[in-house]
Amino acid sequence: MGVGAYVAVSAALFALGVVCIIARRNILYVLMGIEMILNAANINFVAFNRFGGDGLDGRMFAIFTIILAAAEAAVALAIVLNVFHLFDSIKPSDVDLMRE
Amino acid sequence: MAMGIERGFYALLGLAALAGAGWGLSSGGVGGLLFAGFAALTLGGALVCIWERSVVRSAFALLATFGGVAGLFLLLGADFLAMAQILIYVGGILALILFGVMLSPPDPTERKLSRVGLGLAAGGGAFAWVGAKVAATVHWSQAATPPPAPKLSHAREIGVGFLAADQYVVAFELAAVVLTVALVAAVYIARRKVADFEEPAEPEGGI
Repeated sequence: MGVGAYVAVSAALFALGVVCIIARRNILYVLMGIEMILNAANINFVAFNRFGGDGLDGRMFAIFTIILAAAEAAVALAIVLNVFHLFDSIKPSDVDLMRE
Repeated sequence: MAMGIERGFYALLGLAALAGAGWGLSSGGVGGLLFAGFAALTLGGALVCIWERSVVRSAFALLATFGGVAGLFLLLGADFLAMAQILIYVGGILALILFGVMLSPPDPTERKLSRVGLGLAAGGGAFAWVGAKVAATVHWSQAATPPPAPKLSHAREIGVGFLAADQYVVAFELAAVVLTVALVAAVYIARRKVADFEEPAEPEGGI
């Protein structure tokens, strides 16, 4: 399989992540969509590292992306917990405290 | 009607996976079949995650996506990364998301065709936009050179890359600081306020 096949899979996964963020009304689905998008970026990094040259750069980027995804998930879940305590709901459209 | 949509979705998914497997086998032999299988796992998991209405089912569908991505990493010769993917995503992030299930009430609303159409339009638009950008950016002539033999990415190679002074040690330290700050912040944000634990006021007339 050439690099094009991997890039196609990655682009499709990115598009599905965007759909997951847009089409569902729930913060948890937004988180899942973000994870899909980060995974799509990782596939690209590793694929271009494999086909495009030598060295470790792409794989290192992917590792740092995974680290940041872990930190992001922890902080996001903490925020979701707080939002739930404040609003009794985890729909993004219900979080409108500053609108009034 | 609803059952028809459900069955039709999964039937379409299965047909697409079969077609992909056939395409992979015909164009790349066993390697192509493996690639098609992992790609189908990745994209199919993502599709089911979007489609299912219960958060638990969506989270477990995301498990398939993460596993498929780990398989793609393996095919690309990044074995350490595949292991880290399984360890962190499946073991950590997915467990966190499943923890959030407790906050999510069941969604009784019927699936609306308008929202399915909106999702299809958004997905098609995103895919077309990214595809056009990628097709215009990548130097395909360079990338199309026959791939070199897969290098084994031993953990030692990556560890040396992390800690050697002329490679990634600054980024490594930065990631450590970011993780520390983020985890402390997560604990701070998620904690119960002290007031939540205070004893209720004593009733009037008590001793």
